[in-house]
Amino acid sequence: MNIIVCIKQVPSMANVQIDPETGRLQRDGVESVINPFDEYAIEEGVRIREKAGGKVIVITMGPPQAESALREAISKGADEAILISDKVFGGADTLATSYTLSSAIKFIGDYDLIICGRQASDGDTAQVGPGTAEMLNIPHITYVKKIELLGDKSIRVERIMEDGCDLIESPLPALLTVGKEINVPRISSLKGKMLAKKAVIKTLDAATINADAKRIGLNGSPTQVIKIFTPPQRTCGEKLTGDAKKIAVALVKRLSELGIA
Amino acid sequence: MVMDYMLSEEEQMIVETARTVAVEKMKPLREYYDEKEEFPWDIVKEFAKADLFATYIPEEYGGFGKGIMGLVLAVEELCKVDGAISLSLAATALGAFPILVAANEEQKKKYLPDIASGTKLAAFGLTEAGAGSDATGMTTTAVKDGDYYVLNGAKCFITNGGDAETYTVFAKTNPSRGARGISCFILEKGDTGFSFGKKEKKMGIRASSTRELVFNDCRVHKDRLLGKEGQGLMIAQATLDNSRPGVAAQALGIATGALNEAVEYARKRVQFGQPIASFQAIQHMLAEMATEIEAARALLYASARMIDSGKVKRTSKESAMAKLFCSEVAMKVTTNAVQIFGGYGYTREYPVEKMMRDAKITTLYEGTSQIQKNEIALNLIKEYISSSK
Repeated sequence: MNIIVCIKQVPSMANVQIDPETGRLQRDGVESVINPFDEYAIEEGVRIREKAGGKVIVITMGPPQAESALREAISKGADEAILISDKVFGGADTLATSYTLSSAIKFIGDYDLIICGRQASDGDTAQVGPGTAEMLNIPHITYVKKIELLGDKSIRVERIMEDGCDLIESPLPALLTVGKEINVPRISSLKGKMLAKKAVIKTLDAATINADAKRIGLNGSPTQVIKIFTPPQRTCGEKLTGDAKKIAVALVKRLSELGIA
Repeated sequence: MVMDYMLSEEEQMIVETARTVAVEKMKPLREYYDEKEEFPWDIVKEFAKADLFATYIPEEYGGFGKGIMGLVLAVEELCKVDGAISLSLAATALGAFPILVAANEEQKKKYLPDIASGTKLAAFGLTEAGAGSDATGMTTTAVKDGDYYVLNGAKCFITNGGDAETYTVFAKTNPSRGARGISCFILEKGDTGFSFGKKEKKMGIRASSTRELVFNDCRVHKDRLLGKEGQGLMIAQATLDNSRPGVAAQALGIATGALNEAVEYARKRVQFGQPIASFQAIQHMLAEMATEIEAARALLYASARMIDSGKVKRTSKESAMAKLFCSEVAMKVTTNAVQIFGGYGYTREYPVEKMMRDAKITTLYEGTSQIQKNEIALNLIKEYISSSK
């Protein structure tokens, strides 16, 4: 079972700052960590590998410093790590990111399962996982809390819904997104940290993965951040009290005063 | 802020790993284990998964090969959070040292990898009811019978007793030869004639098991003998030279944990309209605690580095100094931490009373503070005699 885990390096949740000019996250001088949901994806990948054999390849698209997130993933049991990095990838929105990741995954080839964290703690879109699956033309299941292998050609998963759980079977390869319900990520062991220190991290650039220049980075990103702001808190509305008849009369009166009815 | 002791990258890894395990896994359960006095198996498993049992064991036996310093750093960091649960690890090192210092290659290969991986815990059996500071007063015997030794007697106050799988046990093979008549054996849990007696109820380190080991015609093959017959006391001494820094690290960790709690509390606790940390009486206490802790750390790390350098044959004096100083500082610092907390510190609502209870043992086991002073003085005088020759 070859498993690809897609991760993202994000600013530590403790101190997130937004650039007031550009509306983008300020990443300079902020401690970077693996996106918390991706930690569960790594752990689940490693657990499946421990049971079924094969290997776990962790990938990320990001600047060169994202290598530290990949090394951490190796310390937590991943076998290989690949950095997808190129200046032309910069400024990618979720569409361009999905395209870039899917291109890299096609280049890597030979995979049975892709696992992603359900969303990143910085953008919170939850789009890149499903987007990548669509571009790879494979099934995807989100918010997975349990994965069961049915041989090496299909899986059965439990998906969290608002009112319970869906039990879904899917052929492989497939892409799953997972959250904190699925496992408890391990603490990096000393030997894991040594392996991470020595690991050779491969880098893939745009040319290597044969990415279409129009679909990557800023060029491939239709999303424009115009402004980031905290919406003003809604004030409490007007409260009508009394018995039903009284309230109805008062309501109609207020609505007609406001020119609504 | 911690002073820069120029730790290597690997040593830094040990500290970080131990800290993560301590804070994430051990801290939420420390009151539970203190209260219930149960053996903390779930935390032991976390130590094992993080390779924390491996720090001091050479790489060829599955260890991390970072010597006494590696052990000290792990134990100190863990004990900042809990000095009792962490003892499962520190006492395993104590039980493993006789194997490290005296075992043949075959014995090392057989026992050390499981200890390094944390699959098996170890324990050290020297003390007897009537033989504490005076180990030569032991009455446990091992009588040779062909290819076997037959052990009879009992050991008491054995940390990890009953929960460990591998035991290094001392017994008299030739009672007439006194100190030279003691030998060391490896015992395995399950050996016929080897059983466990009562579990002690203790003031502190309650998450740690302390039991009696009982030998009743316990037959072990001669390949369980460590070193040669009669080398037992020498092995015990060499073991203590290696392990006393571990006790010192436990003491130092507890003291540091208590200081952290005291500073935090002093900044929050308001009396007479201001945080008590603004009173000079409290400030001076904190200043003394911090200074003594840092001095203890410097002495301990220097001793550990000296042992690891391998340049000196015996480090009894330095090991004893580190253990004496760190454990006395721990007792003083934890007592003062309770003092700063006032009445609240005396309750189980706050962790400092437990730290004080846990600290006390460090001035007692692996030789009391008084025994450390004997050791230091004896070696000091010896050094003077040999240098004046």
